[in-house]
Amino acid sequence: MRLLAALSGGVDSAVAAALAVDAGHDVTAVHLALSEAPATLRTGSRGCCSREDARDAARVADVLEIPFYVWDLAEQFRADVIDDFVSEYAAGRTPNPCLRCNEKVKFTAVLDRALALGFDAVVTGHHARLTDGVLSRSADEAKDQSYVLGVLTPEQLGATVLPLGHLTKDEVRGIARDRGLAVADKPDSHDICFIADGDTAGFLRDRLGSQPGPVVDALTGNVVGEHDGTYGYTVGQRRGLALTVPALDGRPRYVLSVEPVSRTVTVGPHEALEVSTVRTGPAVWSSPRPLPLTCVVQLRAHGMVHGCLVEPAADGWSLTLDTPATGLAPGQTAVLYDGNAVLGSATVLSTV
Amino acid sequence: MAYLDHAASTPMLPEAIAAVSAAMAEPGNASSLHAAGRRARRTVEESREAVAAALGARPSEVLFTSGGTESDNLAVKGIFWARRAADPRRTRILASSVEHHAVLDAVQWLVAHEGAQVTWLEVDSLGRVHPAVLQSALGDDVALVTVMWANNEVGTVQPIAELAEVAHAAGVPFHTDAVQAVGQLPVDFAASGVDALTVTGHKLGGPLGAGVLLLGRDVSCTPLSHGGGQERDVRSGTFDTPALAGLAVATTLACERRPETARRLVTLRDDLMRRVLGAVPEAVYNGDPVDRLPGNAHFSFPGCEGDSLLLLLDARGVEVSTGSACSSGVARPSHVLVAMGQDEEQARSSLRFSLGHSSIPADVDALLSVLPSVVERARRVPVR
Repeated sequence: MRLLAALSGGVDSAVAAALAVDAGHDVTAVHLALSEAPATLRTGSRGCCSREDARDAARVADVLEIPFYVWDLAEQFRADVIDDFVSEYAAGRTPNPCLRCNEKVKFTAVLDRALALGFDAVVTGHHARLTDGVLSRSADEAKDQSYVLGVLTPEQLGATVLPLGHLTKDEVRGIARDRGLAVADKPDSHDICFIADGDTAGFLRDRLGSQPGPVVDALTGNVVGEHDGTYGYTVGQRRGLALTVPALDGRPRYVLSVEPVSRTVTVGPHEALEVSTVRTGPAVWSSPRPLPLTCVVQLRAHGMVHGCLVEPAADGWSLTLDTPATGLAPGQTAVLYDGNAVLGSATVLSTV
Repeated sequence: MAYLDHAASTPMLPEAIAAVSAAMAEPGNASSLHAAGRRARRTVEESREAVAAALGARPSEVLFTSGGTESDNLAVKGIFWARRAADPRRTRILASSVEHHAVLDAVQWLVAHEGAQVTWLEVDSLGRVHPAVLQSALGDDVALVTVMWANNEVGTVQPIAELAEVAHAAGVPFHTDAVQAVGQLPVDFAASGVDALTVTGHKLGGPLGAGVLLLGRDVSCTPLSHGGGQERDVRSGTFDTPALAGLAVATTLACERRPETARRLVTLRDDLMRRVLGAVPEAVYNGDPVDRLPGNAHFSFPGCEGDSLLLLLDARGVEVSTGSACSSGVARPSHVLVAMGQDEEQARSSLRFSLGHSSIPADVDALLSVLPSVVERARRVPVR
């Protein structure tokens, strides 16, 4: 096959490209420039698309002896991922930008370009298995990324190659070392790549400004504090509430809901966070199934799974959970699994 | 394999390779006082005389540098500083809006860090700076004018002698980046009347990392770097004797052979241009159709992205350029095409084919054998 390998400059995508070359495919590499003002050097596990990352990716392509190009997708990334992230928070929801990037950038913009240019598929370094069109969890449970790929359609999965699914991260690093790839011991990246200092609240405050409002206790209805913007709060949050009135029962309080129009943050005890019914927006099926359906659902990256009953609802699903979930916010994504296999996903609209 | 990117770098002439190799076998620092030093010094000075003779300059006007970027920086910053020191009112720079980044970024640095002002001289739709535009921008606060001899992207040749005359009438020194011109166009430093002129070795068959700033004897220029003062106290650093020997041989041969090379390249380039427009009728030929570098052909391919065309041609063994790339390899819409009045989408759809001394008709044949299918394929790529 003619494959387009997306090289981030990290070890996973490097080894994925190497394995595709080994398998006899005709591989061309691209590095996605997603930052409009790339830094010269990488400064830690956060941040992305520094020129150093682009150079690391180019050096991987040199060693693999495959062509290498840089694709400037910074404008798309800003519009589809960063602006979406900010507007979702402004609307009181909690988005997952990695998932949005996969959905809009890597497996839409990049895949569309690749197919138009005559490539058969894209190859990426995600830790997930893809066999006969079925997406399932990685052999490395701790590194599994099937959740953030749960937004892909059968068509997108049909033009995707994921060579790392049967490998652990340690095995991936071992392969990189054996092949003399300089990125073998490069630190894992985590957190939100476009918020280099990790200060999400500060990032949002810079873009949305100060929007002060009350913090209200759900049990008493009393105002127990003030906040500088609802976007600084997410359901389930306990730290940083700066409450001026202690709880009557003396127990810790958590954010229960965020209401941007009235600028109200509602707090309450831990048990009030528990939800057992979830309504979602439109479904994206990776492996379509008829409803109603009994399966398991994962509600956040690296989160636990819950047994559930999936039934059709107005625009999407109604999920009835076997065990209550806590800290679930609108905007998060529900990914359904049958065992280890991904079935599909939908965005959480509301919880009960 | 068809190499159609001579404007980026052209292969070294065998005679230049031989001269570099021979000089590399000789020990010695050209500033040393013993016999080995004197031998090296003789090589350097003979190289200087050869370059001067080839470019219509005096040997004392030849300053050896590490290449085009250094020469441009030295001229723009050095002349600005010297003029401002002589007359503190002179803090404004006039630069064409289609300069190479080595000039653009040097000017912008002076604006950001040295209190300079800049007036970007506008160009017409063919990329030309009209003398009247320069005339109206001049004033008694101007320190320096810089306009390139010929544009690296679209090949348009500027009326340098006329522009220099306009600047001189206002008492302002004139620098030109002639990196693309030498070896393709007649370049005579004295006859052009310019005060400073940038040349680089690797665009004319010489080695990478060696260049020249021709600087008139009466032009003050403050050094960028300090040390031994080897080049008229304006530029310091141990002479790179082998590179300068190669640079001299290449400059001499490129200028000697220029009339014949230019005739041959014009024929080949016009053939390429006609066949591209025949194969892709909607393609637009950019730049000045007449006053143009002999080896340059530059097109917009509406509905295609230059990036896609480059990738597809590269996969088929045809090496071309989209014109400008930043250091991370990201293709941005060309400031040259934007200055010529094109919108961002047009600017992103462009491709440069550049011919040089080793170009042969088979290179053009190779391009045309794949171009129609490549354009057809690139049109399917969603435009950003």
